[in-house]
Amino acid sequence: MSIPTAVSSFLYRKPRIRLGLLLSGPMAWLGVAYLAALAALFVTAFWRADSFTGKVIIDWSMDNFHTLFTDKVYRAVTMRTIGIAVGVTVLDAVIAFPMALYMAKVATPRARRMLVIAIMTPLWASYLVKVYSWRVMLSGNGVMHWLLSQFGLDTPGYGLFATTLTLAYLWLPYMILPIYAGLDRLPDSLLDASSDLGGRSWQTIRSVVAPMVLPSVVAGSIFTFSLTLGDYITVKIVGGPSQMLGNVVYDNIGAAGNLPFAATVACIPVVLILIYLAAVRRTGALDNL
Amino acid sequence: MYRKATLAGLFCAVLTVAACGTQSTSSGGFTPPKLEAPTKLGAAEGALNVLAWPGYAENGSNDPTVNWVGPFEAQTGCKVNVKTFGTSDEAVNLMGTGQYDVVSASGDASLRLIASGDVAPVNTALVPNYADTFAYLKNRPWNSVNNVAYGIPHGWGANLLAWRGDKVAPAPTSWSVMFDANSPYKGKITPYDSPIYIADAALYLMAHHPDLGIKNPYALDDKQFQAAVDLLKQQRGNVSEYWSDYLKESQAFNSGNSLVGTAWQVTVNTAKTQGTDIDATLPSEGATGWSDTWMVSAKSPHQTCAYQWMNYIVSPKVNAQVAEYFGEAPANSKACAQTQDTHFCDTYHAADAAFASKISYWTTPLAQCLDGRTNVTCADYGKWTRAWTEIKG
Repeated sequence: MSIPTAVSSFLYRKPRIRLGLLLSGPMAWLGVAYLAALAALFVTAFWRADSFTGKVIIDWSMDNFHTLFTDKVYRAVTMRTIGIAVGVTVLDAVIAFPMALYMAKVATPRARRMLVIAIMTPLWASYLVKVYSWRVMLSGNGVMHWLLSQFGLDTPGYGLFATTLTLAYLWLPYMILPIYAGLDRLPDSLLDASSDLGGRSWQTIRSVVAPMVLPSVVAGSIFTFSLTLGDYITVKIVGGPSQMLGNVVYDNIGAAGNLPFAATVACIPVVLILIYLAAVRRTGALDNL
Repeated sequence: MYRKATLAGLFCAVLTVAACGTQSTSSGGFTPPKLEAPTKLGAAEGALNVLAWPGYAENGSNDPTVNWVGPFEAQTGCKVNVKTFGTSDEAVNLMGTGQYDVVSASGDASLRLIASGDVAPVNTALVPNYADTFAYLKNRPWNSVNNVAYGIPHGWGANLLAWRGDKVAPAPTSWSVMFDANSPYKGKITPYDSPIYIADAALYLMAHHPDLGIKNPYALDDKQFQAAVDLLKQQRGNVSEYWSDYLKESQAFNSGNSLVGTAWQVTVNTAKTQGTDIDATLPSEGATGWSDTWMVSAKSPHQTCAYQWMNYIVSPKVNAQVAEYFGEAPANSKACAQTQDTHFCDTYHAADAAFASKISYWTTPLAQCLDGRTNVTCADYGKWTRAWTEIKG
C-alpha cells in the first residue's frame, strides 16, 4: 500500500483526527490572533512601567487595578462612556426602526434597493472625513449654527452631545441593517391578520412587529454599543474637553508610555461587553447577528 | 479537561513571548546606558526615517513652496520618510519602536530618550555645522550628560498666548485670561493637551502666588503640585477643547470655537494664511518653551544618512528656513544672515542668551527636585501624567 493511500485510509477510519486537522488552521488563527492577544493584554495589566523611560517592568502586582478602582476619575470616565454608548444606541434605535419599517414593508422593491444602497454608501467613506465634516458642521460658523440661528438657537458646539450625535450617525447603518433583515423576515400575513382583527397601525406595531423584531434591535445594539465603547477619535475631534475610556487608554500609551495601565483600563470595555453579551443572549439576539 | 490543558499551554506561551519582548531596567538614578558615538561615517544608506515636530521637516506636502527635504534627498540620495508628532510623549513612545533614525526632541523628551538607551551619543566632529551653533546652546542639561553631547541643537522658542484679534479686546498681556475663573472668554479657551502643560499653571502661580515658593515650574513639591492641579481643574470648566494637533487648533481659532489659547508661532502663522485675525504674545509672567535637539537612534541602520541630515538641517540656510517657517530662534549663529526677514533674529532674540534664559524650557520632572531642594520630594512625570487624566476628568 502506497503512503498516500495509507494516510487517506487512516484518516478515513479516524473521523476525529480528520476533523482536527481540518480545523486546526483556523482554530490556531483564532487562538493566536484573538485569544492570545486578549491574554497578553490581561497579563500586561499586572505589570508596571518605568515612569521616566516608559519601559515595561515585569513586576507582578495588583497596583494598576487598585488605582483603577480607587481613583474616582476612572469611575467617572467609565460612567460617561457607558452613558454615551447607551445614548448612541437609543438614538440609533429610534431613528433606525421607522426607516427599516418603511424599507421592509412600505417601499416598492426598486425604492428598497435604492434605500439599501443609500444606507451602505456612507460606510465606504473614510471615518475621519465623516467625523471632521461633523466638526465643521457643528463649529461656531458652521451649517448647524446657520440653521439653528433661524430659530433663535445656536449650535450645540463641541461636547458630549456632539459626540453622541456624531457616533449615532457613524453607527446608524449597523442598526438599520439588522432591523431591516428582521422585518423582512416578518410575514406580511401577520400584519394583515392584525388589521383584520381590528388592530390599528400603531397597535400592530406595538403588539405584533415590536416583539418579533426586538432580537434584531438588540443585535444592532451590540454593534452600536460595542463600537461606541471602544471609540476615542470622535470624542477627540468633536468632544471638546471630554474624554472617554478609549482616550484614557490612548493617553496612557501615547502620552504616558504606561502600557500596563493602558491594558488595565482596556479590560473595562472587554468586561462591559461580556456582561452585555451575557444579558442579551437570553433575547435570542445572538442568533440574529 | 482537554480545554483546561490547552488554555494553560496557551497562557504559558503568551508569557514566554511577552517576557522575551521586554527587559527589566533599573530606574531612579540617571546613568545613561553605555553607547558609543561613531568615529567615522560610511557610505550613505539611501534611506532615512525622520521623526519630527510638525513644521521641522517639510517636504512640500503641506505647502508646495515649503520644501527642504527634497533638496536633501537630491544632495545625498537618502530617501526621507517623515513622521510628525504632537507631544513629546508621543515622540518618546515612537522612538521606543526603533523605527526612526533621527528625532527632533524637546527637553522633556531628550533625557528620557537618553536614559532608555533609545538614542546614542553624537560625535559632533562629524557634524561640521555644529561649530557655528550658538555657544549658549552647547552641552546643556537637556542635550548632554556629563559633557557628552547627545544631539545637535536645532532652535528654541516659547509657548505663546494667542487670541482672536477681532473678538478679544483689549489685547491680553497676562495668562490670567486663560486661568482666571471669571475670564470673559469662558468656554472659548484652548490649552495644550499634555501633562507638561501643568508647568504653565505652575509658572502662572509663580507670578501670582509667590507664597507657594515655586522656583522652577518643573520642580513642584506636593503642596505646589496640588495648587497647580487645582488651578487647572478650575480652568477645565472654561475650556473649549484641549489641543495637540496644531492644525485642529488653528481651525478652531478660525471658526471661533476657541478665542484664546496657548499656541506655537506656526499655529498662528497657519491661521493667518487662512485669513483669521489672530495675534500672539509672550505674556508678562513669562512662558514655558522648548529647546530642541536632533538626536540619532541607537539602533539606526541609516547612521550616515542620519548624520548628513543633522548637518543639513542645522546648516545656516536650512536652519533659517525652518526657523522662519516654524517661528522660532535658530540655533545656528550664521542662520541669522540667511533669513528673508532681516530683523527675524532680533524679533526672536536668537543671539540673546539672557532672553533665552528667561524661558522655562520643557524638562522632564523628576522625584529629585530639579531646583536643588533636597528636603522634599518633587512630583515625578508619572505623577504628572496621572494628574493630567484627573484634570481632564
